[in-house]
Amino acid sequence: MRATTRLPRQAVIAGATLIALVVLAALAPVISPFAFDALDLAHRRAGPSVSHWFGTDELGRDLLTRVLFGARVSLAVGFVSAAVSVLLGVAIGATAGWTGRWIDAVLMRITDAMLAIPRLPLLMIAAAILAPNVAVLVLLVGAAGWMETARVVRAEVQSIKANDFVTAARAVGAASSRVVVRHVLPGVLPTAAVATTLAVGRGILLESALSFFGVGVQPPAASWGNMLYQAQTTMTSEPWLGIFPGALIFLTVLCCNTLGTALTER
Amino acid sequence: MSFAARRLAQAVPLLLIISLLVFGLIHAAPGGPLSLYLDNPNVRPEDIERLKRAMGLDKPLGAQYLSWLASFVRGDWGYSYADGRPVTERMLERVPATLQLVGISTVVAVIVSIGVGVGAAMRRGVDHAASIGAVAGLSVPVFWLGLVLQLLFSNTLGWLPSSGRASFIGGGLADRLAHLVLPVTVLAVAHAAGWSRYLRGSVRLALAQPFANAARARGVTETRIVLRHALRHALLPFATVVLLDASIMASGAVVTESVFAWPGIGSLFTEALAKRDYTVLMAFLMCASVAVVMLSFLADVAVHALDPRTRNAS
Repeated sequence: MRATTRLPRQAVIAGATLIALVVLAALAPVISPFAFDALDLAHRRAGPSVSHWFGTDELGRDLLTRVLFGARVSLAVGFVSAAVSVLLGVAIGATAGWTGRWIDAVLMRITDAMLAIPRLPLLMIAAAILAPNVAVLVLLVGAAGWMETARVVRAEVQSIKANDFVTAARAVGAASSRVVVRHVLPGVLPTAAVATTLAVGRGILLESALSFFGVGVQPPAASWGNMLYQAQTTMTSEPWLGIFPGALIFLTVLCCNTLGTALTER
Repeated sequence: MSFAARRLAQAVPLLLIISLLVFGLIHAAPGGPLSLYLDNPNVRPEDIERLKRAMGLDKPLGAQYLSWLASFVRGDWGYSYADGRPVTERMLERVPATLQLVGISTVVAVIVSIGVGVGAAMRRGVDHAASIGAVAGLSVPVFWLGLVLQLLFSNTLGWLPSSGRASFIGGGLADRLAHLVLPVTVLAVAHAAGWSRYLRGSVRLALAQPFANAARARGVTETRIVLRHALRHALLPFATVVLLDASIMASGAVVTESVFAWPGIGSLFTEALAKRDYTVLMAFLMCASVAVVMLSFLADVAVHALDPRTRNAS
């Protein structure tokens, strides 16, 4: 029994890598070789070297340091927006699945509508209009990602609702809210866990795309996406400025998706 | 009522909700659609008042929504703030480039997904590699993949052009094809990743059905069972999945066209975004969403017409 529930090796590696990234980001002020905005004017636009592992930018700032600090913003946006998405998705999906009738119909039409509007352009316009700080950006990205979770949770709540233990709980007079919280929602937890893992990756990708188009995280704050935004014009002369932040986005999202896929298949 | 009519009746309220969301989004801007002018010190307050009256922005929000919706349906999408030309005209001139890019990359992604999906359904080794490839394809930031491919194949190796649809001089067929390679690759990678996994799953499902076992019992080779029986079974749901991904295609086209300076609707969108050209942004979002709803309508109607099992179920 234990052996069958163990995660596959690549999922363990992915999880360990994610934890390592979070720890590195959290410790960025302690472990990074240079200060976040320290200028080294003698070594501007320098390629990767022993002293600057990832090279330096046009002001001589150390790229490894900036990538570590950027990780704090990118990972925070990923994790918090995922929490927002999944909480919204569970709330909306559970309400629709539990109450049924017209509330269900209205909520599901709104879900369909949100799914039909292309997510990235929608977020780009919203971000351009609101010119958000990082906190609002997190809410925006989260608010654009609840639909898939809501659909799955609705279906699960509908099937859990038909179980005898739910009928029994209602028969002994448990309030509707108590039945939902104590008996229905625990059954939705595995789905919510998978959705969260996948939503972290999607949130990081969306933030990076928004920042890449100049409507996400604004300088002087650094996120992996806005580092790419600043690097794209000098991609031919200083390719490292774009390659490293993008590679970290790729690595992080890859870990989230590997973990999420492994959890789905269990 | 016929299935198509019932399905269309569902699409109409959906489109109305979408139009409300899009309208609400634009009017959430401080200053509404005129916020661009409010920030501009060269525009006098009386000019803003005049523009407000001219654009009907002094009317109640409900009336504004109705008149906007009515003119949108008529094809009157207003004028671009950036250059004053009709939005319809600006968008229509960009349509062919986008259709070409999205069409070709969809065809490429479909061919790759069928090849990889069938291979993965039949061989364990292929399956393992394909699943790693698919997760990678779904995880890579599209714009970064584009930048890296440009760096490698255009700037370093010099094999392919890095941007645009054709060279200024001497743009023959070979030149046009060369310009397509990188953007098509980038767009196709993201789609093929998801679609190949889906196809592998449905081929596997078909192979586990009694008809596949019956064919095996008759001595039909596994390859023939996959190609003649299981794949046929899997293709219809696969086609609907492709159509239902139109929303993701629209997002992908915006990013890819911008990175490769492809002169389509996607790069028109990012140009409009940089100038906060709200009429263009709104028209783009509405058109893309209407296209998504229409494609899913077509997919449902087509499946209903082609697959008798769905008729019995409903």
